[in-house]
Amino acid sequence: MRTDGATQRLMFAAALTSVVISALIVFTLFREAWTFVSGLLDTVGLGALIDGGAAPGWYPRNDRFDIITIVAGTLIVSVISVAVAAPLGLGAAIFLSEYASPRLRRWVKPVLEVLAGIPSVVFGFFALRVLGPDLIKPLFGTATNTNLLVTGVAIGILVTPLMASISEDSLRAVPLSLREASTGLGARRSTTVVKVVLPAAVSGIVAALIISVSRAIGETMVAALASGRLGQSPRTFNPTEPGLTMTAAMAQLAQGSDQVVGSGLAFQSLFFVGAVLFLMTLGLNMLAARVVRRLRNQY
Amino acid sequence: MAVSASTVASTRSAVEAALTGGRRDVKGIVFAMLLVLCMLASLLMLTVLLWDVVAQALPVFQKRSTGFLTNELASSPDKAGVSQGIWGSLVIAAFVVVLAFPVGIAAGVYLEEYATPSRLTRFIQLNIRNLAGVPSVVYGILGLVVFVKGFDGVTGGRSVISAGVTLAILVLPIIIITTAESVRAVPSGLREAGYGVGATRWEATRDHVLPYAAPGILTGTMLAVARALGEAAPLLLIGAITGRLATASDQGLLDQLRGKFTAMPVVIYGWANEVNRPGKKTGLTFEQLNSAAIVVLLGLVLVLNIAAIVLRNRFERKRQS
Amino acid sequence: MTDDNVFTTRELEVYYGAFRAVREVNLDIRRGEITAFIGPSGCGKSTVLRCFNRMNDLIPGAKVGGKVEYHGIDLYDEQVNAVEVRRRIGMVFQKANPFPKSIYDNVAYGPRLAGVKKRDELDQVVESALRGAALWDDVKDRLKESGLGLSGGQQQRLCIARATAVEPEVLLMDEPCSALDPIATARIEDLMQEMKDRYTIIIVTHNMQQAARVSDRTAFFSTEVNPESDRRTGVLVEYDLTKKMFSNPGDERTEAYVTGRFG
Repeated sequence: MRTDGATQRLMFAAALTSVVISALIVFTLFREAWTFVSGLLDTVGLGALIDGGAAPGWYPRNDRFDIITIVAGTLIVSVISVAVAAPLGLGAAIFLSEYASPRLRRWVKPVLEVLAGIPSVVFGFFALRVLGPDLIKPLFGTATNTNLLVTGVAIGILVTPLMASISEDSLRAVPLSLREASTGLGARRSTTVVKVVLPAAVSGIVAALIISVSRAIGETMVAALASGRLGQSPRTFNPTEPGLTMTAAMAQLAQGSDQVVGSGLAFQSLFFVGAVLFLMTLGLNMLAARVVRRLRNQY
Repeated sequence: MAVSASTVASTRSAVEAALTGGRRDVKGIVFAMLLVLCMLASLLMLTVLLWDVVAQALPVFQKRSTGFLTNELASSPDKAGVSQGIWGSLVIAAFVVVLAFPVGIAAGVYLEEYATPSRLTRFIQLNIRNLAGVPSVVYGILGLVVFVKGFDGVTGGRSVISAGVTLAILVLPIIIITTAESVRAVPSGLREAGYGVGATRWEATRDHVLPYAAPGILTGTMLAVARALGEAAPLLLIGAITGRLATASDQGLLDQLRGKFTAMPVVIYGWANEVNRPGKKTGLTFEQLNSAAIVVLLGLVLVLNIAAIVLRNRFERKRQS
Repeated sequence: MTDDNVFTTRELEVYYGAFRAVREVNLDIRRGEITAFIGPSGCGKSTVLRCFNRMNDLIPGAKVGGKVEYHGIDLYDEQVNAVEVRRRIGMVFQKANPFPKSIYDNVAYGPRLAGVKKRDELDQVVESALRGAALWDDVKDRLKESGLGLSGGQQQRLCIARATAVEPEVLLMDEPCSALDPIATARIEDLMQEMKDRYTIIIVTHNMQQAARVSDRTAFFSTEVNPESDRRTGVLVEYDLTKKMFSNPGDERTEAYVTGRFG
C-alpha cells in the first residue's frame, strides 16, 4: 500500500519549526528580560525604569534606565514617519488603482516593489549624509544634523512603498460593480473614489497604516545612524533634537563590543528593551489582522 | 437637478442646455493632480537617493576599480575594500539557501496540500504570520543568545555560521508564505488529474502541483535571499565586525566560518560612522567609498528583486493567456 | 412622431480595440414604452445598452462609432458631459450591487450627489423611491441597516430604488432578473409595469418569455461570424412591436430564435 507517511511527517515537522522558533524567541527574550528586571529589583529598584534612578535619561552603562526616553523616541519617530508615508503612500495607491491606465500601472507597481527592497542601512546612510545636513537642517533650522526628525522622515520614505502597496491591494479588491453603480448614478470619478471606493476599502487601508507603523517602530539601522544617539533627558519630545529610539538603544548596547559580554545590568537591558519592542510590534500586527477581519465588508 | 419624466421639457434645446451645461470639475482635477503628486513624490525621493549614491560612487570605481572589490577593510580610503563584506554576504546567502529553502518550501506545501483545518493548523499559520512581522533586531537577539552564546561550541560564537543560521530563520516565514500562496494558486483540476491516475498525494504534488507553482516559489525565494542580504541589525547583535577585520590567509575554511566576520550591510554601517578625511593617494573619502559599497550591495539586492518580479509577472501573464 | 422618440441610433457600432463587437445598429426608442433587447449570449445587447448612458466610457479601449441621439442631441458629442447624461439615464445592473452602506444611504446617494442636502427633503425622496420600488414596507423599520443584509430580490429592488431616486427619464436594465428566483423575478416584472408611465425603460434579457410578457417593442440581436478572424460581431436583426416579433416575425432568424430552434 503506497502512502505518504514519511514524507508527510517530514513536512509536518518543517511546518512545526515555525512554532519552535516562536517559542524560542519568546523564551529567550523573556528569560533574559527577567534577569534584567530582577537585577534591577536588587539594585536600583524598578522605579529606575521611569525616572532613571540617580538621574533621568537612558545611559545604561551608568545604570540609568529611563525607558520612557527611548519609548518616547520611538513614538516620535513613528509618528513623523507615518505623517510622511501615509499621505504619500495612500495618494500613490489611489492614483495607481483608480486613475492610472493599465499600462502605467503595470510599469509603476513593480518599480515600487523593487524600491521596497532597498536595505534600510542605505536609508540610514542617506539620512546621515544628505537628508540631515541638506534638507532638514536648513528647512527646520535644527541644531544638529542628526536628530529624531531626520530619522522619522527617512523611515517615512522607507515605509512609503509598503504603505502604497498594501493600500493599493485593498483598493483593487473593491469590486468594479460598486464603481459602476456609482458612475451610473452620475458621480464623477473623484466622488466615486472618495464616497464609495475608499469607504469600502477602509479596513485594508487601516491595516496598511498599522503595519507601516509596526515596521517603523522596528526599524533599527536608520535610527542607529541618524538619530543622534543621545539618551538624554529631560524628555523634551522635541524631534529637532537628537534622541534615541528603542532600536537604536539596542544597537548601541550590542556595539559596546567586548565589554558587552554579560557585564552587569547594562547588557541585560538589551533584552528588556527587545522584549518591550517585541510586544509592541506583536500587538500592532495582531491588531492589523483583527481590523481586516472585523471591519471587512462583504461585497 | 435631473429632469423628471412626468414634466418632461424634452425639447431639443432644453436637453442640449442641460447636457452641455455642466461646470468644469475643478475639485476633481485638483484631487487627481494631488494624487499624481503623491505618486511622483514617492518615486522621486527614492530615485534621488539612488542617483546620489551612484554619483558619489563613480569616482571610487574610476580611481580604484577592482582594487575596491578585492581589498580588505583598512583604515585608509586609499586601501579599504569590500572583499570581506562580499564573502560574508555570500556565505550568509548560502546558508539561507541551504537551510531556509527546503524547510520553508516543505512547510508551505504541507500547509496548503496536507494540513486539515484544525486548531493546530491555525495556530501554526498564526505563528508564521506573526514571525513575519517581528523586527529583525529581535531575530538578532535570538541569534545572539542561542547561536553565539548557547551553541558557541558548534558555531564558534560570533561567526558567519551564527549569522547564516539566524538570517535563515529570519527569512523562513517569507518563504513559507510565498510558497503557500503559489501552491494555493494551482488550479484544483491539476491535482485531480494526478489523483485520477492513481497517484498518492505526494506524487501528485511532486509531479503536478510543484512544477506549476515553481515560478512563484522561485520568486519568493529570490526575494527572501535579497532580504537576507540587506539585513544589518541582526548582524550587529551577533557581533559582526564594523571596524578593521584581520583575516589570516592560512586559515582553513571551517576556521574561517567559525571566526570573526563581516558582511556588506555591516561594512556600510561601519563606514557611515567613519571620519570623512580624504585619502592621501586617491583623494577619496569614506563617504564615497561607502556609496560604492552601497552600489555593490544594491547591485546584488536589486538584481534579485527585479529578476524575481519579472519572473513572476511573466509567468502570471503566461497563465492568463 | 419624432417627438416621441427618446433615443435614436444611427449606424451605431462599438469597437473593443480593433475588434468590432457590434455593427450598424439603427433603432428608435419611444417614450413611455418598455423596449426589450433579446438574443443569444455574446450578441452585444448589453454593449448597445451601455451606449445609451455612456457607460462604455469606463472600459479602456472601447470606442463608439455612429450616433446615439437623445432627444436629438448626440450623446457622444464632445460638448456633452457624461456625468449629466447619467443623471438622466439611469441603470440597473445584472447582479445587484448595493453599496456597503445603509439602505437609506444607498437610496440617498444619488440625490445627495444632485445637491439635496436637507434631511426632510432626503427622507421624502428616499421614501418615495422605496415605495416606487415596492420595497418600502419591507424596510421602513430598518433603513439604517446595511443594504447587503437584504435578500437577492430585495437588493435588486433597492438598486432600482437607488436608480429612480434621482428621477431619471430613462431606466436601462441589464438582465436585472438573471440572478433571481422566479418569485423575485415576477415582482420585478410587476414593478416594471407600474413604472412604465413614469419612465422609459429598456431591458436586456436572455429570457424570451420575459420579453414577451413585459415589453411593448422588442429588438432581436444575433451574431455574425467573421470568416477571416473567426470572431463574432453583434448585429441587429429585427426590431418591431413585441406582439408581431413573437407571432409573425419578418426575419427567419428571428423566427428560429423565438420558436426555440436555436439560441
